[in-house]
Amino acid sequence: MGVDESMSTENTYNYRVVSQFAIMTVVWGAVGMLVGVFIAAQMAWPQLNFDVSWLTFGRLRPLHTNAVIFAFGGSALFATSYYVVQRTCYVRLFSDKLAAFTFWGWQAIIVLAVVTLPLGVTTSKEYAELEWPIDVLIAVVWIAYAIVFFGTLIKRKIKHIYVANWFFGGFILTIAILHVVNSMAIPASFTKSYSMFAGVQDAMIQWWYGHNAVGFFLTAGFLGIMYYFIPKQANRPVYSYRLSVVHFWALVFTYIWAGPHHLHYTALPDWAQSLGMVFSIVLLAPSWGGMINGIMTLSGAWEKLRTDPILKFLIVSVSFYGMSTFEGPLMAIKTVNALSHYTDWTIGHVHSGALGWVGFVSMGALYYLIPRLFNREIYSLKLVEAHFWVATIGIVLYIVSMWIAGIMQGLMWRAVNPDGTLTYTFVESVQAMHPYYIIRFLGGAMFLAGMLMMAYNLYRTVVGAKPHEAAIPAAAH
Amino acid sequence: MGVWHGIWTLILLIVFLGIVAWAWSAKQKKRFDEAGRLPLDDDKTPSTAQRNRVENDDG
Repeated sequence: MGVDESMSTENTYNYRVVSQFAIMTVVWGAVGMLVGVFIAAQMAWPQLNFDVSWLTFGRLRPLHTNAVIFAFGGSALFATSYYVVQRTCYVRLFSDKLAAFTFWGWQAIIVLAVVTLPLGVTTSKEYAELEWPIDVLIAVVWIAYAIVFFGTLIKRKIKHIYVANWFFGGFILTIAILHVVNSMAIPASFTKSYSMFAGVQDAMIQWWYGHNAVGFFLTAGFLGIMYYFIPKQANRPVYSYRLSVVHFWALVFTYIWAGPHHLHYTALPDWAQSLGMVFSIVLLAPSWGGMINGIMTLSGAWEKLRTDPILKFLIVSVSFYGMSTFEGPLMAIKTVNALSHYTDWTIGHVHSGALGWVGFVSMGALYYLIPRLFNREIYSLKLVEAHFWVATIGIVLYIVSMWIAGIMQGLMWRAVNPDGTLTYTFVESVQAMHPYYIIRFLGGAMFLAGMLMMAYNLYRTVVGAKPHEAAIPAAAH
Repeated sequence: MGVWHGIWTLILLIVFLGIVAWAWSAKQKKRFDEAGRLPLDDDKTPSTAQRNRVENDDG
């Protein structure tokens, strides 16, 4: 095949933007996890903020969450969705220029976050801390993303839209709505704005956004990854395609209602709290349906798990998805929430989802993707295996220490003496946390170490290579 | 308002149950089995893909 001009455009896939996002996923993952390990160390050794306001926990924590969710997770989603939509539609991305704009725009947003959050510029809305000028930029980049993604779907050569694309599409559409509504604010200056909503309405909008950021950004998007990369790596079709269709619609129908479980025992009306609780429990069904679908894809080929470390990442990620989507509904029950809310159990729950599910499924996808984008063999499968074990042990240390710490915290806070006074002062509960904070720091450090092994491995894989532009085969269906 | 919300919720529930029934209907089985193979066939060279299409048409 000649490499003439026509070959380099419509007859090939756009791997350039995919590899840009894929590489930045690794970079931002390492950065975001490093910040996480640093603030975990601050919990154990508070003097590590060095009395510098920029390095205080309150400012670095949103930097950590934004970096791992939107920089690491976001770049992973851009990379995989652009790759999957091209390959399952047999067409090049809708617009190379617009796709490049989404890459540079997204990176600019991340850099702005890295600058403004330590400076203390924040809306103080959790997972939506960035101030209004950055919010406007996010909206513009997101609309460009939607145009590229749905534009590619529209010009597809295959009639059927593969289920992974439904999950990616649902994620893109929902995040656009959530971001625009939750970020509506009156600017007071270039760096300060005030939410358009007030009081309990503001809280409800915030957690409608917050929980659906979990449901559609951290779940639906990554399920898109699961539904393409597990079948590819296992070389088997998904266990039940029908189940995947129902999985998609069940998630869409239920997730959107679960937000109020973040506001149990607050000024939110009781009926709204109960509604949030009920829908959170209902969510167990689609979540576990999806988990079973992902894991059972390996049915009849379990031996692959023994020899293929990339498949280990992908399958264990789905197991963590099952674990955290069991724990979530449990914690959404009001009586359980009375114990767990505001404790470190919540932090443990989030990280079993974030490290175990989102982290591992992204890592598995990257190990699959990056060698293919650069047409190289992976540098070391042994190192992938080592990464898997270091990271797994790290996650276990992290979540077990936070379970123990969180439940102990909750029990200490609610303990009362016969005369009605509190048994423990708050600082006694803080003191009791200390050993668990150290174990959590170790677990996080191990997870970060695994990420650095991955960065080294992938660097050695691609060094000196350029992303190749694979030819589009003729449509098979 | 409450009555309309109730009716709307009921409609959504029926729509969802309709989707479940549609997904599990025997008519869709062949189509969905093929759809499940979509990502696995995307590495095929044009000639193999053609052969696949013929096989699918037969089956």
